[in-house]
Amino acid sequence: MALLEVEGLHVAYGKVEAVKGISLSVGAGQVVTLIGANGAGKTTTLRTISGLLGPSAGTVGFDGRPLAGVPAHEIVAMGLSHAPEGRRIFPRMTIEENLLLGAFLRRDAGVAADVKRVYDLFPVLGERRSQAAGTLSGGEQQMLAMGRALMCRPKMIMLDEPSMGLSPIVTQLIMSTIADLRSEGITILLVEQNAQAALTLADHGHVMETGRITLSGTGPDLLTNEAVRKAYLGED
Amino acid sequence: MTLTELLQLTTGGVVLGAMYGLIAVGYTMVYGIVQLINFAHGEIFMLGAFGALFVYAWVPALHEISLWLALPIMLAAGTVISVVAAVAAERFAYRPLRGAPRLAPLITAIGLAIVLQQLIFLYAPLRELRDDRWETTVGAKQPQLFPQLPGEALQLGGVTVQWADVLTLGFAVVAMLGLAYFVRRTRTGRAMQAAAQDPDIARLMGIDVDKIIVIAFAIGGALAAAAGLAHGLRYGQITFDMGFIAGLKAFTAAVLGGIGNVYGAMLGGIVLGVVESLAAGGLSYVDAVQQFGGGAWKDVWAFVVLILVLLIRPRGLLGERTGDRA
Ligand SMILES: Nc1ncnc2c1ncn2[C@@H]1O[C@H](COP(=O)(O)OP(=O)(O)OP(=O)(O)O)[C@@H](O)[C@H]1O
Ligand SMILES: [Mg+2]
Repeated sequence: MALLEVEGLHVAYGKVEAVKGISLSVGAGQVVTLIGANGAGKTTTLRTISGLLGPSAGTVGFDGRPLAGVPAHEIVAMGLSHAPEGRRIFPRMTIEENLLLGAFLRRDAGVAADVKRVYDLFPVLGERRSQAAGTLSGGEQQMLAMGRALMCRPKMIMLDEPSMGLSPIVTQLIMSTIADLRSEGITILLVEQNAQAALTLADHGHVMETGRITLSGTGPDLLTNEAVRKAYLGED
Repeated sequence: MTLTELLQLTTGGVVLGAMYGLIAVGYTMVYGIVQLINFAHGEIFMLGAFGALFVYAWVPALHEISLWLALPIMLAAGTVISVVAAVAAERFAYRPLRGAPRLAPLITAIGLAIVLQQLIFLYAPLRELRDDRWETTVGAKQPQLFPQLPGEALQLGGVTVQWADVLTLGFAVVAMLGLAYFVRRTRTGRAMQAAAQDPDIARLMGIDVDKIIVIAFAIGGALAAAAGLAHGLRYGQITFDMGFIAGLKAFTAAVLGGIGNVYGAMLGGIVLGVVESLAAGGLSYVDAVQQFGGGAWKDVWAFVVLILVLLIRPRGLLGERTGDRA
C-alpha cells in the first residue's frame, strides 16, 4: 500500500473545476513528479492533499488513513509536509523563527540540532539567521521554505515548484538536496516546470493538462517520450 | 491655562486613552488575523461593565467588604461575560461567514451590536440601591449607578489622580506587559503572529488557526472587560449604549496606532485620549476658539484625528506598510 493514495480527485473553485478526476499514488521512499503547463491544476492538487482546499469528489489517503475532513494542521501532524508555491516564508519573522515554526508541533529535544542541519545544508541561512526572512533573495527564500518544510521531520514532503525563478546553480543545489532527502528515506511529491530536472530525479512522473493526468510513466520513460519532449522539454 | 492645568488635562487624557487602548487591542488583534472589524467589540466592553455590576449587585457579601476586595470578583465576572460573548460571536456569527464577501461579517457585527445593547436594555437583571433599599429592576433603561472606590484622590504636585485612574493605568500596564510576553515568548503567541502573517501557511506548520482566532477574541474580550470595569469606577455609572462611542473611539485608536499592531493600539489610544482631553479642556481657555472646546466637541476631535491619520499616514503610527503581507 502506497504512502499517499489519491483517487478520482475533483476540485473546484466556485463553479470552475480545476482538477477533474485525478488518481495517483506515491509509494514510501519514492520520488514522484507532477509536471504540466501553467494552470494545469498542480498547485490545486497539492493544496487539496494538504487540506487547505476541500475536494468536490474523490479521496485522499495518507499512511493508511483517509484524509476526508481532517484539517490541514492535523495532516501535518501525520507527517505530510508541504512547501508551497511561491515560497511563502513569514516575511516579518527571522530566518530562525521561520525554521522554528516549521517545528511547531515538535516538543522533542532534537529541534536545535535540526535547525543546525538546515544551516549546514544552506550555509547562507545560518549566516543570516536573525535577519527578517522578507529581506532574503528569491533563491534564499526557497532554501528557507524547503528547510522549514523539513523541520517537522516529515515522512513525506510535497514541493511546489522549488526551482521557480532560480538560477541554474541554485536549481542544481535544490535538486541535489531533493536527491539527498530521497536517500534519507523521505518520500517526495515534486511539482515542477523544470521537467528535465524533475524527471531525471523521479521514479515516476505524471503529466497534467487542464485538470487531468494525460500521461504517466517512469522518469526515464517520460524523459524519452516524444510528446513530453515536445511539450515540456522545448524540443521540436 | 497654568502648567498644573495642562498636566491635569494630560493626565486625564492618558487615563482615558489607556481605557481606549484596552478596548482597541481587541479590535486590532482580531483584525490582524481575520481582517474583520468587529464592530460589536464596543458591546463586549459594555457587557464587561455590566458583568462586574451584576455580581456586585447580586452578591450581598460584596457590600460588606471594601470595594477594593470586591474588585477581583467583579473583574472576574465581567471577564467571564465578555469572553463568553466574544467567543460565542466568533463561533456562531463570524466563523460561518469566513470566506463570504467582507460586507457580510461587517453588517453582522453591527447587527450583533444592536442585539447585545437591546438585550441589556430590555432584560438585564439589575438591583439598585434606592433610599437604602435594594430594588430589583429588569432592563437597564436608566443609567446604572456603579460603586465607587473609597479613599481620597491622590494629589501629585497639584494634579489630582483618582484611584479609578490609577487602577485603569494599572490594567493597561499589566495588559501590555502580559501581551508582550505572550506574543514574543509563548508558543501560542508565536502561532498567533504566524497566523496573522499568513494563515494558510500557519496551517501548514501545524497551527490550529481556528483555535488561534478564538484565543484572539478571548484576549480582546478580557481586556475590554477590564476597560468596562475601569469605566464604571471612573464615571460612577454605566449605560446599555456606552459601548457605541467607546467602541468607535477604540477603533479610531486601533487605526491610529496601526491596525494589527497591539502596541500601536495602546499608543493610539493614549494619543487619542490626550488629544481629546487637551482639545476639550484646552480650547476653552482660548477666546477665539472657545466654542470648539468643552465636552460637546470632544467626540468630534477624535474623529478629526481619525480623518487626519487616514489622510496623512494611512498605515497608522506603528503600522506595517501594506503590501508586505505575503
Ligand atoms: N483561488 C482560485 N480561485 C479561482 N480559480 C483558481 C484559484 N486558484 C487557481 N485557480 C484556477 O485553477 C486552475 C489551476 O490552477 P493551479 O494553480 O492549480 O495550476 P498550476 O498547475 O499550479 O499552474 P502553475 O504551473 O502556473 O503554478 C487555473 O485555471 C487557475 O486559474
Ligand atoms: Mg502552481
